[in-house]
This record gives sequence, structure tokens and C-alpha cells, in this order.
Amino acid sequence: MSAPLSIDVQHVSRQFVTKKGQTFWALRDVSLQVHEGELFGLLGPNGAGKTTLIKILSTLLLPTSGQVRVAGFDVVREADRVRRVINMVSGGEHSGYGILTVRESLWLFSQFHGLPSKVALARIDELLEVVGLAEHAHTRVNKLSTGMRQKMNFVRGFLNDPRVLFLDEPTLGLDVETSRILRSYVKRWVKEKPGRTILLTTHYMAEADELCDRLAIIEGGRILACDTPNNLKRTMQDEVVLRMEVYPSLTEPQRLAQLPGVLRLVPDRGQNGHQVLTWGLKDDGVIGTVIQALQQDGVRILRLEKADPTLEDVFMRMVGRRLTDGNGQSNHSA
Amino acid sequence: MATASPTTAPDALQPAGAPATSLPDLTLIQRLVLNLRAARARAYVRVVATGRELSWLAFEVVLPILSAAAYVFIYEALGAPPRYTGFVLLGTAMTAYWMNVLWSMASQFYWEKQSGTLEIYFLAPASRVALLLGMASGGIFMSTSRAASTLIAGSLLFGVRYEVASWPLAILAFVLTLAALYCLGMLFSSVFLMYGREAWHMASALQEPVYLLSGFYFPVRALGFWAAMGASLIPLTLGLDAMRQLMFGAPDAAFLPVGWELLGLAVLTVVYFLLALRSLAAMERLAKREGRLTLKWQ
Repeated sequence: MSAPLSIDVQHVSRQFVTKKGQTFWALRDVSLQVHEGELFGLLGPNGAGKTTLIKILSTLLLPTSGQVRVAGFDVVREADRVRRVINMVSGGEHSGYGILTVRESLWLFSQFHGLPSKVALARIDELLEVVGLAEHAHTRVNKLSTGMRQKMNFVRGFLNDPRVLFLDEPTLGLDVETSRILRSYVKRWVKEKPGRTILLTTHYMAEADELCDRLAIIEGGRILACDTPNNLKRTMQDEVVLRMEVYPSLTEPQRLAQLPGVLRLVPDRGQNGHQVLTWGLKDDGVIGTVIQALQQDGVRILRLEKADPTLEDVFMRMVGRRLTDGNGQSNHSA
Repeated sequence: MATASPTTAPDALQPAGAPATSLPDLTLIQRLVLNLRAARARAYVRVVATGRELSWLAFEVVLPILSAAAYVFIYEALGAPPRYTGFVLLGTAMTAYWMNVLWSMASQFYWEKQSGTLEIYFLAPASRVALLLGMASGGIFMSTSRAASTLIAGSLLFGVRYEVASWPLAILAFVLTLAALYCLGMLFSSVFLMYGREAWHMASALQEPVYLLSGFYFPVRALGFWAAMGASLIPLTLGLDAMRQLMFGAPDAAFLPVGWELLGLAVLTVVYFLLALRSLAAMERLAKREGRLTLKWQ
């Protein structure tokens, strides 16, 4: 028997009206179920509807239609109950009062969840140790670097020991080591606390692959696929993924993308002025055609590998483009 | 860096081991404790800020006294009774509360939204009213430190003489004035939450006219009966007039008898509080429907 549902989204749509009076659907008929104890990921580019969905789940926004239950409670009719069992951390948030110290600020937020001060301060001290912020516990928030603030926000999300935690790009802008520590804590938290559930949105494919039991790929307000990372990657078994580093860069990648047997070509900037090309090919037989075409264009192949499909490849196949962040940078794992 | 295990601690709001859908209702006491904790925490920010950023002494004590000095010299030049100096000083001190209500109460949800803190408030189980009461009590602490500093410094500087008719009534008038004023602030905050972008302009537009309408620097009776009655919707109008009567003995400058003014303030407190509750609930629903609780809608 599978675990009880922790998040149950049924046919949810959300419409916004722009200032010019135009309507825009941020979510269209979205349905998904997340079980207790799951670490569930939502993958999608900016504007895909991830944050809209999280805001509906966390009672900050009403759905235009459909039903949503979190921890068994309806987010519209039983919002008060939902709020007792959830918390949320958004990447890049700058919440808090600069005049307070880190420890004071976290205590402040813990009080909104009704925690006794003694319990709250013990958790704060422990969690600050975990994220390596203990030595800044008495530093004012307005003196923290962006990364430190993000660590503080991360701690805030765990203070009330929520049954359901929403992590919206939690490692955005963090250094590699801090991201690793936070990921490790997230994994352990879900594992060691029965019945806890995390819904995570991230731009970082490796992060999603490492953390998530299941993933939904969302684009244009619709769920395109929902499965375990391995099962999603298995859907790529009918094609060959080829990665190569070339120099000079292709001037007309669109032309080569139309070669017979080429399903997809995604150019990306590499190091030292080189270009990285990721090809989705129908079968091995197309490799020769690709190499020949590059040679005809005077492009040298510096490195070539037949790669195992990654979530990135799955995403590109489904959405037709890379998952990029707001600055248009590629989504290398942090 | 340490690698501590996730903590487990008792929590009344989500009892350990309870199945997902069996979350017991909070008892009245639990609800009260939750909201008192939230209110205390929200007040704490302002109490701490008062002690940590002393720049307010320059901007919110010295500058108001300079403004008051202009009126004091005018009254002295015109040969007005000495109690008019006290009227001006009391009005000047009370500006701290009006400024606090406008900029740190009414506009607060707007600032919180801009800084990303509003969504943390709204996804927590504490009541919004508790948060506003926390803001109000912290604001009252903050403003009282400013008002008291102004009053003390101004009294020494201008040699103000007090003729207090009744301390208990004077304190009651002060408390009722603040109660009604901060309930009005709560009402404003819900409106500003919804129409946040215009909050700055709305607050600016309200700031100066109220100085005139409520008679911060002159007895409000000078406006004429009906204008003063209209201005009495702003609690400071009745409050200032009552306090002036009780602290300086000025029957000739009084607008209404003190008893009526205290009753009026009590009524305003109840009306504004009830309106604030309804407005807050309505505005929150509307904001959630229109996606105005947060900056990013996606």
C-alpha cells in the first residue's frame, strides 16, 4: 500500500489578468499527487508556473479552478490548518529585518508559528551549525552577504518542523559547498522524519536528479511528464545523445539540426572560446553524417562522447530548449 | 561545519505522530498563546530598533522642536496666553504617533511585501490581527520614546507650565486616542495592502492635511464646529483637544466637553477595530484572488 497523499492537486488552473486587461493562464489543468515521505521536484523554465503552483499550495494564492489538498486539508477552505503544517523557502528572498541579528530574526519568525522560545532557540542554534552560520548568529541581518542570507532563510523553513516544506529554488546563488550541505540536510530530513514531504523547484538538473524521488516537468502551465528521474531518463533510450566540444563555433546550427536523423541540436558556450554541442540522434548511424557535416563546415571536433541521457536531455526533448535561469545562463549544477 | 541530524521537538500546532488529516483544533488557550507570541515578536523589532538606531533622536526630536518653535514664537509675538505654547508642544509630540501610524502601520504590509516578508506572515498560522497588534504595540513604544523626548526637551526649552486637572482622565484620553488611532492604522493597513503601489502617495497625501484638520498646532475649535466635527473622524482631533483641556485647563479653547470627547474616542476605537477586522479579511481574500500578496506572480 502506498503512503498517504501529502499533496493532491486536481485539475488546477490559475488565470491572471494583466494591467492591460489581457488574461494569462499561469497554470492549466494541472494534476499531481505527492505522497508522504516523498521528495518531489518541479522542473521548468522561468514562467512555467512552478512558483504559482507553490503559492497556491502554500495558501498565498487562490486557484481559479480545481482542488488542492495539502496534508489532507483543502488550501482554500482549510487554509488555517494548512498553515500549521507547512513552511516555504524561496531562493533569493531578502526577508527579515536588517536591524535584528540572525538569531533574533529567526526567533521572530519562529514565533509566528507559535514555538516556545526555548524550543525555537535550540532549533535555531542547531540549524545554524548545520548551515555553517553559527559564528554569525549575532551578526545583524543587514551585514550578511547574499549567500548568508539565503542560509538564514533556509534555516527559517525548518524552524516549525513542517510536515510539508516547499523549497522554491533553495540553492539559488549559493556556492557549491553550501549547496552540497543544504542538499545533504534536505535528504536526511526527509529520510529521518517519517511523514515529512518536500516539494522542490530548481533550475539545477543535477540537484533534482540527486534529491528527488519523483519529478514533474512543467512548461507553459502544464505538466508534461511526471515520473522518477530514472524512468524519465529511460524515455530517452530510443535516441543517442552525443556531446562534443568544437572550435570554431557553428555559425548556422539550425542548418545542421535539419540533417536526416538529427532529432535535436543544442549549442552551448564552452570554455576557452570553444562550443559545446549536444546532439539528439535517431541512432548510431547518424554519427558519421554529423561528423562529416562538421568537417565540411571547417569545424574541428576537440572532444566527442556518447553520453548517457541526463534530465537535461529529457527536458530539452520535452520542452525544446535548455532549462536556463533568469539571466539566460545555463544550468550547471551548483 | 557540523552535520547535525534533523531536530524533533514537541509542537502544539502539529502534534507528533498525528496522522496527516487528524490535526486537532487549537484550543482557545493555544490560539491565544500563538497570537500573543506572534504579537510580542513583531513588537520586538520596533522595541529593539528604538535602542539600536539612535539617529531618530536627531530627526524625530530636534527637527519637530524646531517646527514647534516657529509656532511658539508666532503665538508669543501675538500675545497669546502661555498655554498655547503647551498646545503646540503637545501637538508636536503627538505627530510622532501620526507619522508612526501612517508610515509604520498603514504602509507596513506594503513594505513587507516589497521586502518579501509578507508571504512569510501569510503562510504562518498566526493571525494577521496579532501581527498588526504587535506592530501597533511596538510602534507605540517607539513613538512614545520620541513623543516623550520631544515633550521633555520642549517643556524645558520653552518653559511650558502644566495645569493638570486630572491625571487619570488625562491618561485615559491619551490611551483612548492611541487605541482609536492604531485601530485606524490597522484599517489603513488592509487597504494599503491591496493598493500597495499607491501607498506612498496615499500616506503622503494624508500626512500634512491631518496636521491641519486635527489641530496639531492650534485648538481645533478654530476650524468651526462642523469642520471640527468632520475632523473628529481622525482620533487625534478629539484626543488632542481632550488632553489640552485636561493638561492646560483651556475651557475657552475647547471644542467639546472632555466627557463627550472620551466617549467619541471609545466609539471610534470599537468602530475602527471592527472595520479593520472585516477589511483585513476582505482584502486578504481579494489579494489572494488577484495575486497581490507577493511581488512575483510566477
